[in-house]
Amino acid sequence: MNVSLSFRAVALHTMFGFVASFATVRAADEPVMPLAIHGETVYTMSGAPLKDGLILVRDGKIRHVGPATGMVYAADHRVIRAKVVTPGFIDAHSTVGLSGILNQPHDQDQSDKSGSFQPELRALDAFNARDPLIAHLRSLGVTTVNTGHAPSALVSGQTMIVKTHGRGADQDVINPAAMTTVALGRNGLTAAEGASGQGQPSTKAPGTRAKAVAMLRAELIKAQEYGRKRENKDETKRPARDLKYDTLLRAFDGSQPLLVNAHRQQDILSALRIAKEFGVKLVLDGCADAPLVLAEIKASGFPVILHPTMARSNQDAENLSIETAAKLKAAGIPFALQSGFESYVPKIRVVLFEAAIAAANGLGFDSALASITIDAARLLGIASRTGSIEAGKDADLALFDGDPFEYTSHATGTVIDGVLFAGTPR
Amino acid sequence: MISGLRLPLLMACGLVAGLHAQEKPIAIKGALVIPIAGEPIAHGVLVVQAGKIIAVGPAASTPIPAGAEVLDATGKVVMPGLVDSHSHIGGGTGGDGSSALHADARVLDAIDARDPSIQKAQAGGITTANVMPGSGHLISGQTLYLKLRDGRTIDDLLIPLPDGSPAGGLKMANGTNSIKAAPFPGTRAKSAALVRDLYIKAQEYREKIRRAGGDAEKIPARDLALEELVEVLEGRRIVQHHTHRHDDILTVLRLAREFGFKVVLHHVSEGWKVPTEIAAAGAAASVIMIDSPGGKLEARDLDWRTPAVLEQAGVLVGFHTDDSVTDSRLFLRSAALGVRAGMTRKGALAALTLANARMLGLDQRIGSLQAGKDADFIILSGDPLSVYTHVEQTWIEGKKVFDRAVAQDRLYAVGGPGAGDPRRAHLCCFTSAQDLITAANQGESL
Repeated sequence: MNVSLSFRAVALHTMFGFVASFATVRAADEPVMPLAIHGETVYTMSGAPLKDGLILVRDGKIRHVGPATGMVYAADHRVIRAKVVTPGFIDAHSTVGLSGILNQPHDQDQSDKSGSFQPELRALDAFNARDPLIAHLRSLGVTTVNTGHAPSALVSGQTMIVKTHGRGADQDVINPAAMTTVALGRNGLTAAEGASGQGQPSTKAPGTRAKAVAMLRAELIKAQEYGRKRENKDETKRPARDLKYDTLLRAFDGSQPLLVNAHRQQDILSALRIAKEFGVKLVLDGCADAPLVLAEIKASGFPVILHPTMARSNQDAENLSIETAAKLKAAGIPFALQSGFESYVPKIRVVLFEAAIAAANGLGFDSALASITIDAARLLGIASRTGSIEAGKDADLALFDGDPFEYTSHATGTVIDGVLFAGTPR
Repeated sequence: MISGLRLPLLMACGLVAGLHAQEKPIAIKGALVIPIAGEPIAHGVLVVQAGKIIAVGPAASTPIPAGAEVLDATGKVVMPGLVDSHSHIGGGTGGDGSSALHADARVLDAIDARDPSIQKAQAGGITTANVMPGSGHLISGQTLYLKLRDGRTIDDLLIPLPDGSPAGGLKMANGTNSIKAAPFPGTRAKSAALVRDLYIKAQEYREKIRRAGGDAEKIPARDLALEELVEVLEGRRIVQHHTHRHDDILTVLRLAREFGFKVVLHHVSEGWKVPTEIAAAGAAASVIMIDSPGGKLEARDLDWRTPAVLEQAGVLVGFHTDDSVTDSRLFLRSAALGVRAGMTRKGALAALTLANARMLGLDQRIGSLQAGKDADFIILSGDPLSVYTHVEQTWIEGKKVFDRAVAQDRLYAVGGPGAGDPRRAHLCCFTSAQDLITAANQGESL
């Protein structure tokens, strides 16, 4: 009796589990209803905001955007109304999907501790599209993230650019190999006790700043030599494929820049020195001390993915400022905002909230919104698809009942690739 | 830059002057005054003198005393100084790894009163903070209720009780933070058993003292840990209890009932699951508002709706920063997020002030703008719940401790090179590092 009951329970559980996952798959495969979105204010980010604007969405793309007055559209559209509509937000650097909500060893894939130089680690092979934190970001209007390995080793891996649709890495990916993650300063010093929040050293080196840069320099030289030998006309003389150097080589041609986490001004300058020496393309990351070296950053031409505005000001980042975004803007340095990496609570930051603080501290509404939409899209090289509300672009939108930056406004819906996510306003 | 060089000197002088009670009344007029006790007053008047509030009310019925220094705050908002019911500013610690129970450890003996986190909290409008040791122990030690005055030593920040001891609570925790390798408990039941055992010891210790009836021969040897717990048993020291999961919350309520101690629940991530039980127990809840759930197993179900749900259930609700988990400079934001998730505006503003004062047992002195209370108030540029609003001034006991218009104060408000360093008057060198930093922040060169 007991045995058969428990057997039945297992069978039922299995069936429900199956039905549930089947239903999810079906929903994703179902044809998506076209949307007609009326926004009292539409921030298109490709011109002045529209009052009483209309966005028509079909087959995942924006088909039309303009004033609603006089516009007629087919009856098959689902009509949505919102006080404010913006492009879906882009988080220019995160670890979401790798650094899971529970913060237990089984859901933490953002840092492999076995080595200090692992550029071959791809984000795509670790990304959990169904982590609840992805749904959390999505519910607050974040539709795209550049996510991957944390700034927790000299070279910790790669990032990918992915939508927060929540289906799977392969379905939702925009760029599977966006950047290679490098950390100078304390975050990269995995041989130093207490570095990057680790109690004990996890690698033999680097333990100092000079050693870290020396190691990076040595690896870049190896990559150059590898690249030269791989071009040998005699195939038999080419070295065996090496994923580490294949990855690094893409920083030389610029197709996959190094995302260099550096907070202290000397670390920022080291990164720029290395870039000049080897001709590699960089994106600067973090940059708490950026106000001290604005001229050098500007001269390098490299963009900055600034630390979260509300990041904790400690260790290398003890001098960060909530006004740095405004200073980068004033200096004409291209930048975007990020949620960054958090080893504890809050496990993920929300780039919308980071932009809100920047907006209120010198950056202003328009530039702050740009820093998580069109400017972030340009920085990540995805502006042809996302970042603004324009006909032909992906239908990625965020809907609000007021100023999106106001604490007390609510996110009322998010559209990704034309699919509406809505429920209790958040 | 001459002013950059003079500034620290002026501050040092201000500090000396601050030792004397302020005699001349100060009147703040023209602002929207949110007294918390009572409805907001448009064009209100607040009069303070000798560290106390002497009058607050509408301009028509609140005369400004002759000879008062008048501050025109037209267009601004004035509200009580914020009370943070759970903070770690000053970098203080409590017990160590030798035991899970450290009722005798005092955060008093560990705080750096010159840590810049204190200046940053002033910049956030916080005037009183419950500074606690961490949550890695069942009992990590005694907390301190600090006034964030401009002080040289920790003694300058204390709130002395009538018996001369500094006001503070007892920090306790349950759940996973205090579950670890021996001598710590390995399970939740063991955690509760260890606490229960110790409180029974404290009851017996108290009983022995009572029975001794003053006979020095019979009085038990002094035990500093049990002495503190006797204070808790007698309601003279409030338990400030870290707890996240709903079943852990219920365990706290069970122990509080068993031993009759006053308790404030801290964090209460899953408070939304047990609002009626918290209300029935009469426990207060100090909630943390963070940007995402998770980060630890117990915070998986954290929900912004918790303060609203608890408020509706009739629970006394406060907010805290848990600085550095959230930044003291953004404390107002917690209330705004509470409102976003359904809390009343009135309840949310009280949760930053009077509710927290009640949780520290200090509501007779602080938490609202009422005649007779401490002159702790803040001047805001606008609506306290708007992201665009800045704290412009923070006043404690009638003295200004933060002014956004002063370069060095502003540095602590917004951050930047030098904000990680303590405020200091330089004692050496023609040009101090601090001067260079201040100049860099102002875009100037010396």
